[in-house]
Amino acid sequence: MKEEKKYEKNPLTPHLQIYRWHISSLLSITHRIITVVNLFAITLICFWIISLYFGPTSYDAINLFLKSYFGKFFIISLCWSFSFHILNEIRHLAWDLGYGFDLKVSKITGLITIFGSFVLTIVIYLIGKNLL
Amino acid sequence: MSQFSLPKNSKILKGEFYEDKTGSDNIKKINVYRWNPDDGRNPRVDTFEVDMNNCGPKVLDILFKIKNEFDSSLTFRRSCAHGVCGSCAMNVDGVNTLSCIKSHSDIKGEINIYPLPHLKVVKDLIGDLSNLYKQYESIQPWLKTSKTKLEKEEILQSEKDRSKLDGYYECILCACCSTSCPSYWWNGEKYLGPAVLLQAYRWIADSRDEEKKERLKKVADEFKLYRCHTIMNCANSCPKGLNPAKAIGSIKKMLASS
Repeated sequence: MKEEKKYEKNPLTPHLQIYRWHISSLLSITHRIITVVNLFAITLICFWIISLYFGPTSYDAINLFLKSYFGKFFIISLCWSFSFHILNEIRHLAWDLGYGFDLKVSKITGLITIFGSFVLTIVIYLIGKNLL
Repeated sequence: MSQFSLPKNSKILKGEFYEDKTGSDNIKKINVYRWNPDDGRNPRVDTFEVDMNNCGPKVLDILFKIKNEFDSSLTFRRSCAHGVCGSCAMNVDGVNTLSCIKSHSDIKGEINIYPLPHLKVVKDLIGDLSNLYKQYESIQPWLKTSKTKLEKEEILQSEKDRSKLDGYYECILCACCSTSCPSYWWNGEKYLGPAVLLQAYRWIADSRDEEKKERLKKVADEFKLYRCHTIMNCANSCPKGLNPAKAIGSIKKMLASS
């Protein structure tokens, strides 16, 4: 016990400050942040649906916001965050089944997740616009 | 809540600059983390200008050169210099590795050398690993069998069963993986970390061991095992090319299907 406490007061060696980012670690932290973002997004969507119940005036107010440039940017961002979350979650499911731990494979699936999330965002946008 | 920034006594100050005196045309700047337990000051990063024309091929050779020619008080662990003992594990160029098998020609520009991350520093490049050793002891890394010495018979293992240990028995416990893991940084007291979990799996997977169930039960804990979030820093840093993330995944899968 004495041995373990011996260095307690010594400085802590640097960690986040010096450690190099890999695709896997970057995706991991992004996944966590996006989870929280999506949680708020879902709450907002619930409020939107509730507002529909209150009739045309409240709907118009929200419609005005969503039709603005910021509103559109906001919605498209959410399309991306959900796309990213879905794709990375599939990656996690594969890991839970015991597949994809190989370094090369995990790097490739990571890149697919990044690029795929943007492709999926565009697809969702085009479907929403009835262009697809 | 995890503390992401360094505590006050650990903030790194600008260190000394050791100029090259050989006049060589092949100079590399080496930045080395220094901390002396005796002078009561904060850690610092010293810069050494090293003549690469007269230096061995590995990062450990640079450290020896610095110790011999610039500052004999530079402190680091090393023993075999062949990537077998695991003593010289440190953070080179932002990734944990064994300095004895890391070629400095792979690194462009200045070379940054730090101790293994998120440990209490003992001196310079030496971190305190006693917590990890205690955790290693807790998984009881030895063969458990009901057999006594009286049988006078070997416990045989088929080739197939033996191959299940491949990729795990090679681990030299250098602690590169555990100290690269952000989860281990924030929960090092409770989370066992990749190195110890890989070792735990090595015994779970051993066909000769008779306490597989007990071993599984012992690691099946929200903190001990499930703090692994597949960040994969462990596999990315392992100097022996092993994959602790896969070992942890295998334990999780065994628990889910048993």
